[in-house]
Amino acid sequence: MSALTTQNKGTAVSVNGLRKMYGEKVVLDEVDLTIAEGEVFALLGPNGAGKTTMVRVLSTLIPADAGTATVMGHDLRNDAAAIRAEIGVTGQFSAVDDLLTGEENLALLGRLLHLRATERRARTTELLERFDLVQAARQTPATYSGGMKRRLDLAMTLMGRPRLIFLDEPTTGLDPRSRQTMWQIIRELVRDGVTILLTTQYLDEADHLADRIAVLDHGRIVAEGTPEELKRRIPGAHIRLSFADAASLAEAARDLPEGTRDEQELVLRVPNEGGIRSLRDVLARLGDDVAVEDLSIHTPDLDDVFFAVTGNASQEKS
Amino acid sequence: MSALTSAAQDSATMLGREIKHSLRLVRLLIVSAVLVPVVMLLLFDYILGGTIGHGLGEAARGAPYVDFLVPGILMMAVAGGCGPTAINVTMDMTGGFIDRIRTMAVTRGALLAGHVGGSVLRTLVATAAVTGVALLVGFRPKASVTDWFAVVGIVAAFSFALAWLSAAIGLVTKSVAGANGSTLPLSFLLPFLSSTFVPADSMPAGVRWFAANQPFTPVVDSLRALLTGAPVGSTAYLALAWCAAIALAGYLWAQIAFRRGTR
Repeated sequence: MSALTTQNKGTAVSVNGLRKMYGEKVVLDEVDLTIAEGEVFALLGPNGAGKTTMVRVLSTLIPADAGTATVMGHDLRNDAAAIRAEIGVTGQFSAVDDLLTGEENLALLGRLLHLRATERRARTTELLERFDLVQAARQTPATYSGGMKRRLDLAMTLMGRPRLIFLDEPTTGLDPRSRQTMWQIIRELVRDGVTILLTTQYLDEADHLADRIAVLDHGRIVAEGTPEELKRRIPGAHIRLSFADAASLAEAARDLPEGTRDEQELVLRVPNEGGIRSLRDVLARLGDDVAVEDLSIHTPDLDDVFFAVTGNASQEKS
Repeated sequence: MSALTSAAQDSATMLGREIKHSLRLVRLLIVSAVLVPVVMLLLFDYILGGTIGHGLGEAARGAPYVDFLVPGILMMAVAGGCGPTAINVTMDMTGGFIDRIRTMAVTRGALLAGHVGGSVLRTLVATAAVTGVALLVGFRPKASVTDWFAVVGIVAAFSFALAWLSAAIGLVTKSVAGANGSTLPLSFLLPFLSSTFVPADSMPAGVRWFAANQPFTPVVDSLRALLTGAPVGSTAYLALAWCAAIALAGYLWAQIAFRRGTR
């Protein structure tokens, strides 16, 4: 999402200088971030980076030690009750009642949200259908698969139609198919205009789902931007040409002097920051008689970004 | 909606949840809440009762030992509710469910209120079942209708007091096994060190003073007096005063532990 479109929307979450300590250990260190309404914001980071702590602080579960934050326009420190009425949280650990059936779990949430009986029933039925839990509605979660449990968990979170949803590692531990289903569900939520703060350790997950990503490492945000912006920060998009012999490589290198030669692998790497246009240009400049064995295009992915930014951060620290 | 009706509604919802839980675990609860007191009743009545009953003398007031024993067994059935209550609270606090509730606009105290209410209901059902078995094995109460109401009242009050204490214990223990172990003094030791099975004044000197002055003794004594048709005197008031004190202490402890445990 470009800066232009986010400009017109309200702010869902605004965090300034947020700090959280556990004893002597700094878990969140002067974190600043802004999430626009309707945006999917991913907090990306390794285990222990402070992602879950961030979610726990912003969802009113634990107090921050310093800094200010507003969530859906309400001050975190003084107006937790107003925040609770507008948010939904699906944590890393299952928050379903194991002794109640799927249907009863949803009904319980409806009661706690003070929904009227007719609305409670309608919403329960709707969510069971939407999350493909109709068959399992009258069974307890003990009989559910990991993916089903996670879906019930999320359905419970949605019972109160929250405008901001915290998803703490929503696909950790799920098999690939359940993961795809979860991604689909998250995309549908976005279509309904819900704001999502998602934490993940999976780069491809952040890449697929998020409008903006903040990379969290040792409690600090070390990089922030759209997936594209983050990737652009890492140079290294190139075309990789490989050859059968040294003669062909030498010939190609004469045609494309900007490339770097790898004599051992018989490979020429030509910088390619301009996509298809510059690819066409590179191929046009390459002589007709040069025998190229293989061609591949490399763009940096978030893995490159992640290792680059977290690597730098730890060097700064030590 | 006002805060008060909201609190009442949330507490009722949590109580409903607790009742559903109890119904799901009904077989387990029958064992712990009914079978254990019944086994104690049979053990003490049939196996130990001959000798104990013989030694009771004046305290038995001419009735068989079973009439002396059953009020104590009822009190044990009440105290036996401590373990399950503490365990249920611990399970809620260690699972993810409590975090979900805490991120919602749900009345803070509703969860504990539901646990305490559920505990009292379970105990009332359990003591009724134990009374039924006691009647089958020869218990012959001489209580009037008002006496029976008083019995139910004392059972409910004592159960309410112990439930708050158990809820607090459940809040401060980190594991289910810990919760169960921590309630054993309440459900086992204190009943034995009271007038449950024998009169307090028949005990060795040091224990006698403790047994005569600890809260379980006036509870058992007043239940016994009401059920055997003996004059109750001030024991019932003493029992209710103890119940109020324990309930208040347990409630305050639980509130502090709930706030601390959920930070």
